[in-house]
Parts: sequence; C-alpha cells; structure tokens
Amino acid sequence: MKYLFIITIIFYLTSTTGYIAYLFFQKNFLHKTGYYLLFAGFLCHCATIAYGFIESGHIPVNNLHETLSITGWAIAGVFLVFHYKFKLKILGVYAAPLITFVMIAASSLSSEPTQSKNIFNSLWFVIHIISVFIGEASFALACGVGLLYLVQEKAIKTKNYGFFFQRLPSLELLDTTGYACIITGFTMLTIGLVTGFVYAKFIWGRIWVWDPKEVWSCISWLLYAALLHGRLAIGWRGRRAAIMSIIGFAVLLFTFFGVNFLLTGHHEQFTRW
Amino acid sequence: MLDILLLGLNHKTAPVELRECLGFSNDETGVALENLRKYPSIKEAVIISTCNRVEILMAVEDISDTTNNVIKFISEFKNVPVSRFEKSLYIHNGESAVRHVFRVASSLDSMMVGEPQILGQIKEAYRTATLKKTSGVILNRLLHRTFFVAKRVRSKTGIGDNTVSISYAAIELGRKIFGALEKKKVLLVGAGEMAELAIEHLISNRVGEIFVANRTFKHGVKLAGKFNGIAIKFEEIPNYLQYVDIVISSTTSPEFIIKPEHVKKAMRSRRNRPVFFIDIAVPRDIDPEINKITNVYVYDIDDLKGVIDENIKDRYKEAVKGERLVDEAVIRFRQWYDSLEVIPTVVALRNKIDAIAKSEIDKTLRSLNHFSEKDREAFYRMANALTNKIMHDPTIFLKNNGFHGNKFNYLDLTRKLFKLDNQG
Repeated sequence: MKYLFIITIIFYLTSTTGYIAYLFFQKNFLHKTGYYLLFAGFLCHCATIAYGFIESGHIPVNNLHETLSITGWAIAGVFLVFHYKFKLKILGVYAAPLITFVMIAASSLSSEPTQSKNIFNSLWFVIHIISVFIGEASFALACGVGLLYLVQEKAIKTKNYGFFFQRLPSLELLDTTGYACIITGFTMLTIGLVTGFVYAKFIWGRIWVWDPKEVWSCISWLLYAALLHGRLAIGWRGRRAAIMSIIGFAVLLFTFFGVNFLLTGHHEQFTRW
Repeated sequence: MLDILLLGLNHKTAPVELRECLGFSNDETGVALENLRKYPSIKEAVIISTCNRVEILMAVEDISDTTNNVIKFISEFKNVPVSRFEKSLYIHNGESAVRHVFRVASSLDSMMVGEPQILGQIKEAYRTATLKKTSGVILNRLLHRTFFVAKRVRSKTGIGDNTVSISYAAIELGRKIFGALEKKKVLLVGAGEMAELAIEHLISNRVGEIFVANRTFKHGVKLAGKFNGIAIKFEEIPNYLQYVDIVISSTTSPEFIIKPEHVKKAMRSRRNRPVFFIDIAVPRDIDPEINKITNVYVYDIDDLKGVIDENIKDRYKEAVKGERLVDEAVIRFRQWYDSLEVIPTVVALRNKIDAIAKSEIDKTLRSLNHFSEKDREAFYRMANALTNKIMHDPTIFLKNNGFHGNKFNYLDLTRKLFKLDNQG
C-alpha cells in the first residue's frame, strides 16, 4: 500500500518533468511521455484506492491524507479524459504538477485511518463522493484552462508576444475546453449535491442541516450556475468566463479546506489530520 | 567528363510578366525534355518550372556550346525573343549549380524563405524527367542528394517554423484566436492588393461566406464576383459586424470607418463571439480604441509588421544554419562526383582487392608458424600477382574509351558493384 502510493507519486513526478520539458522544448515525444507516465501513475493510483477500499470496506476518505489522494486521482482521471477529447497538450503543464503537488501534500500527512463508521457504506454515499470529486477535479481543470486563456488573450490583445504565445493553443480551443470542463463539473456537482441530500435524509432524516459545507457547496453551485446561465443567455464567453472559472474554483477551494479548518460541521472528519 | 549546367531565372531576376511567358506547363515540360535530349551534347535534363522560377538543370558535355543552344531553344520553344530574357538569366555550372539546386530545394532561395511547397515541386519535376528518361546517373544522384539536403535543412533548422508576409501573419494570428478558420465569415472593406491576397489565403483556409463592401457599389460587386462573395452597401457595414468574424479593411478614407459604438452594439447581438479586425489601410480605417472591447482584437499594419520582423530576424539566423548544411552537402557531392573519374575508380578497386588479399593471408599465416620469413614473402608476392591479374581486364575496360557515352554508367556500376563509396 505504502509502496504503491510512492510508485504513484514517482510516476506523477516524472510525468510533470516530461510536461515541463515539453513546455520549454516543444518536442512532441516529451508530452507523449508525460501523458503515458501520467496514465501509468493513474493506474497505480486506482490500485492504491482499490486496495484501501478492500481493506476498510468503504471508500477511503477518512482523513485528509485519503481525501487528497482521491482528489489527485479525480484530477488525473478527468485530465486524461479531457486530454483524449480535446488534445489540449499544454494543459498537462498545469495538471501534472497540480496532481503531483496534491499527492505530495497527501503523502506528508498521517495515513492513520480514523475510526470508521458504518454510515459510509451506502450506495448514495459512494455516488455522492465520486461525483463531488470528479466535479471538483473538472473545476480545477477549468481554472487552469482559464488561466491559460488569460495569458494568451493578454498576448494577443497587447501584441506583446512572450514565452507563451507560440506555446499556447488558440483562444477558441481554450474557451471550448474550459466550457466543457465547467459543464462536466456542474453536472457532477449537481449529482453530488442531490445524492448528498438523499443520503442525509436517510441518515439524519433531514435533507438540509445548515452544515457549513453544504452552504458553501451551494454557493459554489450557484456561482457556476450563474456562469453557465450567463454564457448561454447573454454570451459570457472568453475573458469573462475565464475569470469566473478562476473565482469559482477559489470559492470551491475554500469550501474544500477553509470550511473544515475554520468552521465545524459533519463533513469535518474527512479532512482531519 | 560531364559537367552540371543550370540555366534559369527567378523572382529576383525576372518580373512576373516574363516568368509567366517562360513558364512550362506539365505537358510542355515533357515535350521540352524530349526536344532537349535530341541535342548530342545534352546527356541528362530536368526542368523545374513554378510561378517563381523556371530552371533547366542538365548534365552536358560542352558547357559554352550547350548554353547558347539552350537559350536559343527556350526562345524558340516559348516564342520569346532572346533579348527579352537574356539579361534575367543566371547560368551556373559545376559546384555552383549543385549549390543552387540545394538552396532552391531547401527554400533558402524562395521569395518567402522557408515556404514548404518548393520541395514538392522539384520532386514533381524530377518525376516527369524520370518518366521521360532524361535523368541519368548524375542528375539522379544530384536530385536524391537534393531531397536529402532539403529535408535536413527543414528538420535541423527552424526555417519553416514561422511564416513571413503580412497576410500570412494575419492568418497565423487568426488561427491563434479562432483555432480553425473554417466557416468563419469574412468582411472585406475597400480593396487593394494586400487585402485581396489576405482574402485568397483565407479562402485557401476554407473560410465561410465573404462579404465585400466598397464605396462604389459597382466595384464591390465586381470584387465580390472574384471571390464568389456577396457585395453589400457601404452604409450596411455596421449592421454586418454582428455576422462576420474577420474584418479586413483597406480603404483610402482619411477618417475611421468602423467606430467603437458600432462594435459594442454588434458584440451584444453576436453574444460576444470574438471578432478579428485587420486594418491594412494607411491612414487607419478602424478606431484603435476598439481593441479595448472584450473579445475584439484589432491589428493594424504596424502590429502585423511587428509580428513579421520578429520572424524575419529568427529566419535570418536559421537561414545561416541552412546555408552551412548546404555547404556540407555540396562538398560531399563534389567528392562523389570526382570519384566518377576512371583513375580514382581503378585505384579504389585495386585498394579494395589488395586489402582483402592481404588480410586473408595475414589470417592464414597467423596459425602456420613453421614457414620461414622467405616463405611468407612468397605468399604476399603471390597475392600481389593475383590482384594484378584480377585488375587487368577491368582496368583496360574502364580506361578504354569505347563506352559509347556511357562512361558514367559503367563507373557508377563498378563503384556500386564493389561498394567503393562509403558515404551515405
């Protein structure tokens, strides 16, 4: 288990190196190497999580170590899918280091599982966890794409072509990819919230308990809903969409960490360390 | 000894009208090659004819005679008096001809240095020559080396990475904004050579509808017909801004034609889909303030030149690298070419046989220790005699002049048969 985890990190780390080399040298084999290494890391990661699942009998989200690991896993998975679909090579330069960072952060935390409770074994709970994490991973990518968009847009607008101009793809591709990330994220977050409510109804007999995490999740959800509405109804695309997806992700990060550290509620134990 | 001779003119030496008159179509190339072969001094020939150059590459016996004959031939074949194109012609022979072909194929001699089409055009020219059987040992070798050099220059230097010329720069930028330009709608305001060139480039990128607005509607209609586009009235421009993605403007108007309020209004109805303005006019047609509007990008002629200047500097550096690769290749070709003489070939063959015999005797004697020093020498003498006997007939054959003009074929065959050339 421990070794598998380390091997996963090593794969991610080498993949990051490959992608950063690609950023500088622009050789195709570099990004391919990065991609395959990331894929190998992802498979290892799946094995790690499956192992944790079998060992404890439920999804391993008992402490911050495990939660971060799941986060890294979700980002890797979503990135692989989006890369396959949009061929946005440069995105790896953002995603691979992000995944590596999350995983290293996870590895530095204690992996002692807290006392498990049987309440984790519901199907609703599994769907809740998986969809929330995939949603958040998509939003993380949307934020990355948004950053790349802003950099490229600035280069074109100010006619000041720096290091990135040749290396970044077209604004259109960045915008569509970001949009696809947001749609995926929004759908998954919606499913996550709904299953969460259903699950809460089963466990606590109430759908809404004013848990701070619930409240902030809904705020994020509303924010992304507004972004999507703006795009569809009045054409908030390009720069504005990019900025919104960055802000949205910041709120999401607060929901993920801030709420747990600053406020208390029944989601607290997932990020205990 | 055959000599390599190249005769031609290009965009630097001849104006387009002259190049048009002297260009060979595909069919004409075939006929011309057949006619050239009838000259006894011309052993091999390839004709390269593109919109920027017409060149005849030959392996010939008598340079000065052939040069005059070929000039006369061109004049008669194309029905253009010699006096009209004589001054535009350049004539290269030997090493300088080899270098010229290498440079042309590597796109170092192109109007737009680094443009990739020329290599394909030379390959096509060579294919025509092989079909007509006018290419032989020398030109085959030369052109194969040429293709090799051109690929090398392309892969080892960044010469083809960027593209020069205003309209190319504009299209590169368009790609950075829109990704593919396919189906994008274009509005041309005014007219002019550069603007029309840009439109042609856009069409080759399969853009969608093209609208043409001109102050004189009649001119607009005429221009629109040329691009298969739609003519609109000049006053309609603000209304059409909501439909089009790319606007190219090139009028002589002293004041701005497209103003920020027009664009702001259009952006609302087009739901912020990006618009790319290319302002080729001097003084400018498009208010630079428009660039401040979100999802709108305005480039005037100076901005585009800025893109190009950066490219040209880079290209110049890359071209120097390319020239060095060409020089290397010229030297290697020269080595091969010189080896096609009788004496070097005979010497190389003798050396090879000699080396084989010596090494085999060395090997055998190593295990037979009972021979005296004298006996050993006898073995080497025998080997020497064998080599001489073996070499006798080939040497007489190669030195004899009864080749019926096929000397190069035999020399080349000998070198290939005994693998006397080690270079790639």
